[in-house]
Amino acid sequence: MSAQAPAKPRVAVFKMASCDGCQLQLLDAEEALLELAGAIDIVNFAEATSYVEPGPYDVTLVEGSVSTPEQIEQVKAIRAESAFLITIGACATSGGIQALRNGTDLATHVRNVYPTPEYVEALASSQPIAEIVPVDLELTGCPVDRGQLLAALAWLLQGSVPRPPTTPVCIECKKRGYVCVVVAKGEPCLGPVTRTGCGAICPGMGRGCYGCFGPSQPPNTEALAKKFVELGMKPTRVADTFRFITGYAPAFREAAERLERLEREEATT
Amino acid sequence: MTHRSVEVPVVARVEGEGALHVRIDDGEITRLELEIYEPPRFFESFLRGRHFSEVSDIVPRICGICPVAYQMSAIHGMERLFEVEVPEGTYELRRLLYCAEWIESHMLHVHLLAAPDFLGFDSAIEMAQKGFKPQVERGLRLKRIGNDLMATIGGREIHPVSPMVGGFSRAATKNELRAFEGRLEDALAEILDVADFVAPLEMPEFPRDAELVSMVNTSDYPMNAGDMASTRGRTWTAETYEQVTEEIHVAHSNALHSVFSDTQTPYFVGPLARYNLNEATLTPVAREAAARAGLTSLPNLDPFLSMAARVAETALAFEEALRLIRAYEPPDPPHVEVTPRAGSATWTTEAPRGTLYHRYDVDDDGSIVEAKIVPPTSQNLRHMEHDLREFLPGALDRSEEELTHVAEMIVRNYDPCISCATHFLRLDIERA
Repeated sequence: MSAQAPAKPRVAVFKMASCDGCQLQLLDAEEALLELAGAIDIVNFAEATSYVEPGPYDVTLVEGSVSTPEQIEQVKAIRAESAFLITIGACATSGGIQALRNGTDLATHVRNVYPTPEYVEALASSQPIAEIVPVDLELTGCPVDRGQLLAALAWLLQGSVPRPPTTPVCIECKKRGYVCVVVAKGEPCLGPVTRTGCGAICPGMGRGCYGCFGPSQPPNTEALAKKFVELGMKPTRVADTFRFITGYAPAFREAAERLERLEREEATT
Repeated sequence: MTHRSVEVPVVARVEGEGALHVRIDDGEITRLELEIYEPPRFFESFLRGRHFSEVSDIVPRICGICPVAYQMSAIHGMERLFEVEVPEGTYELRRLLYCAEWIESHMLHVHLLAAPDFLGFDSAIEMAQKGFKPQVERGLRLKRIGNDLMATIGGREIHPVSPMVGGFSRAATKNELRAFEGRLEDALAEILDVADFVAPLEMPEFPRDAELVSMVNTSDYPMNAGDMASTRGRTWTAETYEQVTEEIHVAHSNALHSVFSDTQTPYFVGPLARYNLNEATLTPVAREAAARAGLTSLPNLDPFLSMAARVAETALAFEEALRLIRAYEPPDPPHVEVTPRAGSATWTTEAPRGTLYHRYDVDDDGSIVEAKIVPPTSQNLRHMEHDLREFLPGALDRSEEELTHVAEMIVRNYDPCISCATHFLRLDIERA
């Protein structure tokens, strides 16, 4: 934000296709929410308040993926009114779990769920916001990490732009002294290729990471996939492991496609 | 004919996106549609082909507010199909996790979503800034207990990671849970203060008749287990859910509407329904909270009493949590190996908003062939429309602003989760 920004920035929160979990992180901030409400003006946040002011906004948070034609227009309108646009969560940053439909036949999905398919309007793909408009900051996670979200708002209030870490979950496990689930249990874990942010919750709970925060930089998905196959997994199941909560993020998408290609090639030879 | 219309762009403080269109001609409602424009996400379709072990990580993403409910309906159903014998103490730890979700969800609704309506504020933040800070802080403090319990057991409060088919990836330790004892004891006193806070709130009276539906269980207030019952004497089970009820697709909604198959009539699930059908198994403090919050002799059919029922159920969840924690022995091992087999897995649990039905048809390899999920809000949608049709004609002397507000309140009574059912409600009342 520029030095001319008002003392109390005007903040808006919007939702696209999602579960509400990321904006719930703000409501779950509880005591910090009341404190935050003293430092900013929440001028549009439908889940929390009936009070609405029109834009422009200094900071806008958007949860959810773009999955209908109207949402494309809505996101463009939000961008035009927002000085600093933050997308929050796996849906907004990589299309979310609902991006599992991307690259498959939409009509089949509509028929599978709705008795009257012609009533339903949806895009063939569930898209991250940045595929439609430029985004100033992406906070990944399913859900977004509350600490990262509050820290980002605090940094912005100080006039700086936060840079969330892109190192893998593995680093977090080592710091915390967690036993490696791949080494100790022989279970698949996306920790080596997933960016940290959650605090290595899954290994801490005795199970493999499933990629909520998206790919780390740089992710060696090929080596990890090979390891999973060595652990006895079928390549299609390994592909499913990448094609999951953040499966439409390019690095994970390519990993899944590569595995499926290999599977097909093996089937024909 | 003179034509008037009221337009409110957003009915706020609900979870999900929808709009309400009402047209009134000469004192009669000629059009009433709760339009759900929350975009479809096709969960039941993309679940096909996924491995059963992934389902408890996928379905919580339907709802950030009640992820545990989705995990539990799926996990219990598959464990029954696969004839899994879970380690002793698993049921108790799951019930404790479910208590935590009820606490978090109910305290969110009572304080952040509903209470501002009755005090004339736009939000709990405004409430706190204008004289109600202690009450809002108390509500958030109580809610925090639910969130912290979820994080302790599940790794995080939104989309917990430890629940799995076969048990938990890690079982909370005795010490981790014992640390909650003091806070829970204090909460049992504070929840009665919440009941006293809710009781005098001025609410519209709407003693309409309705068929209420909930799980019932003779031994304890239903969360993870029980059969189905209605206040008009129907009984059924998860296995017959899709015969007894059916989902109807209407043009204005990306969520399906549920009705009883035989009578094609709507029904109503949630805290008030559970209370009416399970008053016998209420715990002592919950019973006192119910009485103090305004729930009188049965039946309590007025939907505005839903808030009192949420307070009573929160008291119950605190009591149950304390009981479960004091008796807790960690399941050892935390989970068992599971061998899938082909068949149909059905189960119901009681989500904070009402009964949540799941069915998964699974093949021999444990892959999902077909999935069916009936969330509480889609079961309530038809009944929300029904309530509005009954209430609004008697309220036409009110100003546009008041009429709009009360219509929103009727919808909010249900604590609708539109993300579940398929967010903002846009209210648009047309009068001629």
